[in-house]
Amino acid sequence: MRKSAMLAVAGAGLLLGACSIQPWVKPYERDRLADPIMAWDRDAISAGYLDHIYESREGSRGATGTAGGGCGCN
Amino acid sequence: MRISPRHLCRLAAVATLSMMCVAGAAVLPDDRADLFWSTYRGGGMDITGESVLVRKKFSENFAMEANYFVDKVSGASIDVLSQASVIKDERKQKTLSLDYIHDKTQYNLSYTDSTERDYISNTTHFSLSQDMFGDLTTVTLGFTDSRNKVGENNGGTNTPKIEWLGHATSRSYEGGLSQILTKNLIAGATVEIITDQGLLSNPYRSIRYRVDPSINPLGYALGSQVYPNTHTSTAGEVRAKYYLPYRAAASVSYRYFSDTWGIRANTIELGYTQPVSNKWIFEGRLRHYNQNSATFYSDLFPFANSQNFEARDQNLAASTNNTIDGKVTWAFAPSGFLIFKRATASFDVTRIQFKYGDFRNIKDFNVTPAGGGYQPGTEPLYAFDAMVYQVYISMFF
Repeated sequence: MRKSAMLAVAGAGLLLGACSIQPWVKPYERDRLADPIMAWDRDAISAGYLDHIYESREGSRGATGTAGGGCGCN
Repeated sequence: MRISPRHLCRLAAVATLSMMCVAGAAVLPDDRADLFWSTYRGGGMDITGESVLVRKKFSENFAMEANYFVDKVSGASIDVLSQASVIKDERKQKTLSLDYIHDKTQYNLSYTDSTERDYISNTTHFSLSQDMFGDLTTVTLGFTDSRNKVGENNGGTNTPKIEWLGHATSRSYEGGLSQILTKNLIAGATVEIITDQGLLSNPYRSIRYRVDPSINPLGYALGSQVYPNTHTSTAGEVRAKYYLPYRAAASVSYRYFSDTWGIRANTIELGYTQPVSNKWIFEGRLRHYNQNSATFYSDLFPFANSQNFEARDQNLAASTNNTIDGKVTWAFAPSGFLIFKRATASFDVTRIQFKYGDFRNIKDFNVTPAGGGYQPGTEPLYAFDAMVYQVYISMFF
């Protein structure tokens, strides 16, 4: 069997394997996860505002989930 | 090159199998309108913020969001005040965001314009999120491009004279994963790489270097900061949220940061959410942050031009800060009123305690008797507390 064909079959097998992963949390078991208290950030403006304060006072930035405009905050 | 029919069949089979992983549909968030007020006080700064946000779906697949934010600054941080007078300034930020959903993929495109007298920033952001594996997993990729124009006010507060000094560009590449682990536990991870280029220093901040008291009785003189014109950083965060049996939620997150300027930072957050009946939600949060100083940072350089790059910006100093935050949300119209199906009011109080390991308070302390008689380099380390108050009303329709 040619190498390219073997690679294609192996890749298809991986994809089939992923497709065959049955969700271990069924849709009818996700009511708690859908509760508003389980959201990462319920209020985008408030979360973005606090992130802006920290970015203006700290040397680090990024990976906070918010993206806003730059500023020359003094 | 001619492709054989047998090879085409194999490719088609792989493509078909890959499509079988995708099924179901994502859903856009609710339509909403938010009114927001905030104040920040600390470190010599008084900032008030006001914001309006409106989000509206135009079909099951398409939504638009518009946000207008105004920051009014009175005062300035200590390293600006050490060599300048109190300032007043206003920043206006406008954002337009578009969301589009197709099957299990959500696309977002947004544009933000931020304008101050001496700083203009235009930011474009694009991201896509893909649900997969039975909607247990969400993968997000994002790209952000910012173009900034940097200036300096050489006039007064009421008679500004702006000199435009240069430009800076910033690009951010972000990847995220959100994973449902159990019926009570969700976890996530995010990595973001940001690269900057151009004029990256704050023109209002200065370095200081030792001089003979015969030149300056204070024993030091001020000079201009010299920053590298490139900066690349990497931040990675992991987080988890757990649903407690009595209807509450506990969360934890950890973020690690490193950059080409030598800064290494750690952020740890703990959160707790407790609803009471269907009308109240109480939330508490603790945050701890620490960082070391940048390689070209010093509170007091030994002499003028002692190294190629020099900074005394407090953001680049070794520091820690600790936050305690409390928020209460009241659903004052849980069943809706007029065109709104529900409405909430929130009040959030945040206290942040800042401490610096190698940034000294030269505004209040110096070698003079009135300044406490501190020799340069022995002034007390700077520390301050900041209070943030936020009030906002959210209406969902």
